[in-house]
Amino acid sequence: MKEKNKKGRELSGLSDRTAMKIGIGITILGLIFMAFGIWRGEMAVVFEKAVNICMECIGIG
Amino acid sequence: MDKKKRTNEWGRHRVQILWAFLSNSYLAGFAKGRIYQGKLKNLCVPGLNCYSCPGALGSCPVGAMQAVVGSWNFKLAFYVAGFLMFIGALTGRFVCGWLCPFGLIQDLLHKIPFPKKINTFPGDRLLRKMKYVIFLVFVLLMPMFVVDLLGQGAPYFCKLICPAGTLEGGLPLVLLNKGMRGAIGWLYAWKNVLLAVILILSVIIYRPFCKYICPLGAVYSLFQPVSVFRYKVDQELCTHCGACAKVCKMQVNPVKTPNHPECIRCGRCTKICPTGALNTNVGKFGK
Repeated sequence: MKEKNKKGRELSGLSDRTAMKIGIGITILGLIFMAFGIWRGEMAVVFEKAVNICMECIGIG
Repeated sequence: MDKKKRTNEWGRHRVQILWAFLSNSYLAGFAKGRIYQGKLKNLCVPGLNCYSCPGALGSCPVGAMQAVVGSWNFKLAFYVAGFLMFIGALTGRFVCGWLCPFGLIQDLLHKIPFPKKINTFPGDRLLRKMKYVIFLVFVLLMPMFVVDLLGQGAPYFCKLICPAGTLEGGLPLVLLNKGMRGAIGWLYAWKNVLLAVILILSVIIYRPFCKYICPLGAVYSLFQPVSVFRYKVDQELCTHCGACAKVCKMQVNPVKTPNHPECIRCGRCTKICPTGALNTNVGKFGK
């Protein structure tokens, strides 16, 4: 049966500490992705879609 | 403390209600039948919250993702993907349990008494994989590849499935605008039928949309095993009484897998644990 061992290792095989380190790494990568997306102008696409009534979203378009 | 008090969820519901109000507080929109057009719409909200809701102040990340991958000039959505990675890796599915307005609606509907509530059924586990397929097909692949002459794809998840869009955007806008009432057709009818089915099912099954359909929950669940905010079990304190698994409405056994992808971090298990063996890495929460 898959359970945690005494060192706090979970069934993914990662210890809590390692899992958290990976999580922090992905959080930082997420911030970098966001900055890159904003830099290349993706935010404007999101804004334009969001400030006009999305006919598809409400079931008309 | 008796069991009923320990599993009382109104503390969490108060947070959900407050967040739903804050992120949909453009009250003029409800009065005039239009949507907010200010700069806050540049930003995504963490939960599933239609940006065509008259009160919405921010953008829905699922809608935003489809808008970018379906645009003619961008096919990779770094901004929204980064946002989902950031929130997912930081909190896992905490957002599902605490900050999603559509999750709140399902939570409240499930409180309606019904003779036979269904916890699980044959095929339940398999059906939960459907949300990953929906994310891949309707949120990524179809907007990316099923395009018009200009190379633009429609937001297919919003168009064909999203019940949050129907409830938060479709119903109020159609009720408030005479012009829109004249434009409704089979698609509007289909989306309303789907919404009705999900709302009725929510009375019988706990959060059916989150378990089987929600693409946002699917994305956040991928990060749950490595999320910074996490559950932990003190094996020395745990008596393996099974109280936590029994109280979990998402059918997770927190002792075996405290950071299971299906866990929405509602905190019921941490509150019911008689020995305090089950906890989060930031201390007790959800009281």
